[in-house]
Amino acid sequence: MNKIIALLLALVLVFSFAACGSKPAEKAPAADAPAADAPAAEAETATLKAGFIFLHDENSTYDLNFINAAKEACAALGVESVVKVNIPESEACYDAAAELVDEGCTYIFADSFGHEPYMIQAAKEFPEVQFCHATGTQAHTAGVPNYHNAFASIYEGRFLGGVAAGLKLNEMIANGEFTADEAKVGYIGAFPYAEVVSGMTSFFLGVRYVCPEATMDVTFTNSWYDPTLEQEGAVKLINNGCKLISLHADSMGAPTECQNNGIPFVFYNGSAADACPDTYIVASYINWAPYMTYSMQATMNGEPIAADWTGTLENGGVALKELNEAVAAEGTAAKIEEVKAALLDGSLKVFDTAAFTVGGATLDSYLADVDDMGDFVPETEVISDGYFHESEFRSAPYFDMFIDGITNLDA
Amino acid sequence: MNKTKQPLFHIVKRGEMPWYFSWGIRAAAIVLALVCCGLISTIVTSENPIQIFVTIFDGSFGSSRKFMVLLQNTAMLLCIALALTPAFKMRFWNIGGEGQALAGALASAACMILMKNQPNLVVLPCMVLTSIVAGALWGLVPAFFKARFGTNETLFTLMMNYVATQLVAYFSVVWENPKGSGNIGVINPNTMVGWFPEILGNKYALNILIVAVVTVAMYIYLNYTKHGYEISVVGESERTARYVGIKVEKIIIRTMLISGAICGLAGLLLVGGTNHTLNSAIVDGRGFTAVMVSWLGKFNPIWMILTSFLLVFLGRGAGEIATDFGLNSSFGDILTGIILFFIIGCEFFINYKLSLTKTSKKEEK
Repeated sequence: MNKIIALLLALVLVFSFAACGSKPAEKAPAADAPAADAPAAEAETATLKAGFIFLHDENSTYDLNFINAAKEACAALGVESVVKVNIPESEACYDAAAELVDEGCTYIFADSFGHEPYMIQAAKEFPEVQFCHATGTQAHTAGVPNYHNAFASIYEGRFLGGVAAGLKLNEMIANGEFTADEAKVGYIGAFPYAEVVSGMTSFFLGVRYVCPEATMDVTFTNSWYDPTLEQEGAVKLINNGCKLISLHADSMGAPTECQNNGIPFVFYNGSAADACPDTYIVASYINWAPYMTYSMQATMNGEPIAADWTGTLENGGVALKELNEAVAAEGTAAKIEEVKAALLDGSLKVFDTAAFTVGGATLDSYLADVDDMGDFVPETEVISDGYFHESEFRSAPYFDMFIDGITNLDA
Repeated sequence: MNKTKQPLFHIVKRGEMPWYFSWGIRAAAIVLALVCCGLISTIVTSENPIQIFVTIFDGSFGSSRKFMVLLQNTAMLLCIALALTPAFKMRFWNIGGEGQALAGALASAACMILMKNQPNLVVLPCMVLTSIVAGALWGLVPAFFKARFGTNETLFTLMMNYVATQLVAYFSVVWENPKGSGNIGVINPNTMVGWFPEILGNKYALNILIVAVVTVAMYIYLNYTKHGYEISVVGESERTARYVGIKVEKIIIRTMLISGAICGLAGLLLVGGTNHTLNSAIVDGRGFTAVMVSWLGKFNPIWMILTSFLLVFLGRGAGEIATDFGLNSSFGDILTGIILFFIIGCEFFINYKLSLTKTSKKEEK
């Protein structure tokens, strides 16, 4: 026994000497390597070094969507990137931004709403660096020229997802699985504020566009990423008689529950075709690659970046992931193309005031808090020409009403 | 020689040793920790180990901003460690530094938010006063119960941390900005009410200066005042203290008021000096790391400068490795864990030594 231990210890000793011994030998090339690499690298990509700040890592569908877009955009432009993940919405975001500036980044992107004040703080301190922030609201009023917001008219994508869901409901009704007045969809939202409300309303309007009798139940988790709560939300909706589910939250909690119960669902941010082949229909997502490409290109060329950029169906900022033909109703792909064309040519408006009522009445006027000055005072008229102008006065959503037909289970 | 089988090694308690010997062991532990981190990073990243050590230094000395951040973080950690030290010296295990600092931070943030239309001349003194009082109160509660009812101060101070954390979480929602975010965001970003002024052209300089003054003051207080002497006596033996006529209850309460007040000051420096916001993670575990700083520094404020500097330096280096080599931020935490393991583990080799059993007879002279 002792001998074995002695032997082991001896081995460890030899090993550590070997480790120590090998270092000086490697020293010479090591010292040369960075010196030799650096100028070459600069010559090739003297263009841009981009820094990315993400709230979570690739386990969150929300962040994964950004991470993939960043990879795509950087590869396309040949841009070198530095990535910081798991950066909370606190002064840690400012620290991360300042460190990225230290690393030599002249373009910095952050992906979460709560990063905004720290991005503005960093933008003021480093005026020569461009700061781009997704989902924020303050760039168009902050007066900081190197700080920019971006979002997307994702309500168009949600509406298309809703159309696919409505067609599925119609198919299930036609198959006699339930009657038309039992057609109810469920929706799991993160927080009950405009970004989520706008998304769930456009999804519901999409459902009703093809299945007019449908109603919707909504439940909120009050968290962006909580697999357990999202799963419990799905259970609650299914027990409440929902035949189909969609969601605006970032984990795989609800899709897993849907797959286990055979409930079809419309997803967000990414495809779930591999994880849930029997229930996943389609997913809408914001494709950030066009914005990242545009803003990084502008930074390289020294051109101005829009203070507030909106991704749309037209510029590729809003898109659908693959349609799962095995689950989707027949003819869904064709119908989606048709509706998409109508949205693109402007003949169809998602928030057409004729398509919904609030408290039993049709709206002809609504003031929204578009200029987010921290005062929470709505100041902008957003209804005209017969529709609610979502994402037109500012990229981030501001539709925050619960329309008739939607029941909030948590209210 | 021996008939019974004996283990290969046995453990012997060391006697007194010269200071350079114990610091030699500590230095060796740090070198070993770095070698171990280098090995693991090399295996994970297949980068050259030298490059990894360069990166560790780069995390602290890569730019003048990084260097100032290093000093600022060292100052904040040291400030809380200084606060805990008098309590530790009197064998009052105050592990509530986190909560006491949070209480101070909450008070400062409250002043900044509720008095946002007042001039800085009014707001800043209010912040200083309320945060120090809030920290002291947070320290007073467990001290009072310890002195009066003999409650366990370790549990009590620990629980007070959670109370402070939840209070801050509650006010984060009350004062959220923008609405719906559940975050306070940067307070008064345009008017800069309640922000400390920059001195020497650097926003961290004032904090560092204040902590430097506190360090010297604490050194004098512990070593050259009657209070400091009383604390040592209570720490050595409560009975002796009573015998010589020291009112132990009074010393406990007085010392914890000071301990809490300095933690409150740390909270003030974090909110008013650097972060200008409030959230439950603002103290960032320093209340606990400070315990280690204080112990490793042998409750000596001057040594503690070194230990806090070392911990911050290594922590920032570990973070830099994670960023530079495109690893998940958790990798930095793993490296920090390895470093702490070595640093704490080496205290064992300072107090004890392993001897080969063969030579045991000689040891026992």
